[in-house]
Amino acid sequence: MIKALSPRLAIILLAAALLLYPLVLSGAFYRDIGVAFLLAAISASAWNIVGGYAGQVSVGHSMFFGLGAYTPLLFYSLWGWPPIAGIPAGIALSIGLSLLIGMPTFRLTGHYFSMATIAVAELIRIFTGTWDFVGAAIGLQGPAIARGWWDLTFRSEVPYYYLFLAVLALLLAVTTFIERRRFGFYLRAIKASERAARSLGVPVRRTKMQALALSAAFTSVAGSLYVIKTGFIDPDSAFGILISVQMVIVAALGGAGTLFGPLVGALILIPLQSATNTWFGGGGSGLTYILYGGIIVLIARFEPGGLFELWQRVAPALHKLLGKRLHV
Amino acid sequence: MVFLQVIVGGLLLGAIYALFSSGLTLIWGMMNFINFAHGEFVMLGMYVAFLVVVWLGGGPAVFIIAAAMALLVLGVGIYLSLIRHVIRGPMLAQILSTFGLALLLRYSAFYIFSANFVSLPQTWLAGTINLGGIFLPVAQLVGGVLAIALTLALHLLLTRSAMGSRLLAVAEDRAAAMLMGIRPDRMQMLAWGLSAGAAGIAGALLATAYPWSPSVGETFGLIAFVVVALGGFGSVLGSLYAGLIIGLIQAISAFWLGAIYKDIVVYGLFVALLWFRPQGLMGKV
Repeated sequence: MIKALSPRLAIILLAAALLLYPLVLSGAFYRDIGVAFLLAAISASAWNIVGGYAGQVSVGHSMFFGLGAYTPLLFYSLWGWPPIAGIPAGIALSIGLSLLIGMPTFRLTGHYFSMATIAVAELIRIFTGTWDFVGAAIGLQGPAIARGWWDLTFRSEVPYYYLFLAVLALLLAVTTFIERRRFGFYLRAIKASERAARSLGVPVRRTKMQALALSAAFTSVAGSLYVIKTGFIDPDSAFGILISVQMVIVAALGGAGTLFGPLVGALILIPLQSATNTWFGGGGSGLTYILYGGIIVLIARFEPGGLFELWQRVAPALHKLLGKRLHV
Repeated sequence: MVFLQVIVGGLLLGAIYALFSSGLTLIWGMMNFINFAHGEFVMLGMYVAFLVVVWLGGGPAVFIIAAAMALLVLGVGIYLSLIRHVIRGPMLAQILSTFGLALLLRYSAFYIFSANFVSLPQTWLAGTINLGGIFLPVAQLVGGVLAIALTLALHLLLTRSAMGSRLLAVAEDRAAAMLMGIRPDRMQMLAWGLSAGAAGIAGALLATAYPWSPSVGETFGLIAFVVVALGGFGSVLGSLYAGLIIGLIQAISAFWLGAIYKDIVVYGLFVALLWFRPQGLMGKV
């Protein structure tokens, strides 16, 4: 039975399930979860390029998410442009910022990069909260009512769902493309051993830089999508540490450095988060983050490869067991 | 006179920064490992002091020792149950382990103690003294002086005692240290105990002079990064100088620019350091 589930078939089934989901489960609650799942999967897949494949663990990716979230609403509040017009500017700013961080830290060992990302994200969060030009602590708002379809302000969740799904598909296609190219091999070589990779002629710094820039660009798009849907942003929901945490935990839970790891992570974590919020009521967000912390520690301690590696270990045994039972 | 008061106040707070940052730099120097939960250790030290005062009515001498002991035990426990297992694993596991721990401790504190600011009830350290026109709270003065003394003591322990030599031997060459009859595992356990203990004492000292909430751990953790980056990774003496400098910079920028800008200036300094002098004042990359 497991043998019959070939990778190609699994992908087709997954795609069909994602396409049909809002049609089958049409309640507002399910659609909310569906959109949240896609957003988490996009952010974590973007993080995965540099954090998973290249093994450079960023714990401050919210800085790119936040830039992507702020520019669309800044363009709207300054000039009344449709929010979607701010996406390219967000991408450009994020790539610029990624160069600013990567150039000094990628000369050093991996810990410096992690420390720099968390400090820069915090620096931007505090600074944004004091800067009146971007609304200071109150933040910015988007168009309340759509002036036309180009504002992408819909009552229903369904258009957002398919928009996000399209972006996720694009991101996964890009990741697959990278995986098979020389660039992908470079990334995995760097993750396995930077020194060995360099001695084999891999341009280590440049490759890490490119991975970070690509990751930053897609994370910025995730931020833009988030803000186009919610129509509101403030420093904490853009640059807060918990935004970065969610990307890391979603990717690491499913399997960092694997194509579908972030999807699996989001599939487990988003319903779990929604459930804990419902169970514990308004004060539940604190408990959710205690849970996040606990899950991260357990992954690090017992299963740093995530569920993907666990499955790879368990699957052959399971196959054997099931096979025996079927043949007897 | 006001400016002089700002400078002395900054140096006294900086001395406590130096104490908890020396714990972070010890772990980095020993095992090339960054503890993202170090600020949370400081925060726990503050709450241990709080609970000892509120439940047992203990004075400063009691709660400072209690915070040191509690965090020392916690540090050893965390080393044995978590760090020892991830230290040989992939980079992702190393960073995630203490990062997850930080979240766990921070939000558990939010859940138990709520997000409100608390401060210690008055002890015999209350009141201010007049040093030639500079008015200083006694608690700040005692805390700052004690922090400098303890940081220097840690430096001497590492450089002058046999135990310190064993610790540094493991840091330098684990295999060679093993051949000399030193148990690296035990030494690393000791380093984690000392590191968390230093954070615990620093927390108790901070608690005597300043109000706090569970979110201070995040701020102190980042400040410790900046201090260690400035002082040089692995150098306790470097973190003493750097702690004093950062305290001074914070106090002056709060005075000139306004309180909300003091952290922006410090984190900005960190980014500038990464660009121009990643080895810090006294360390090597």
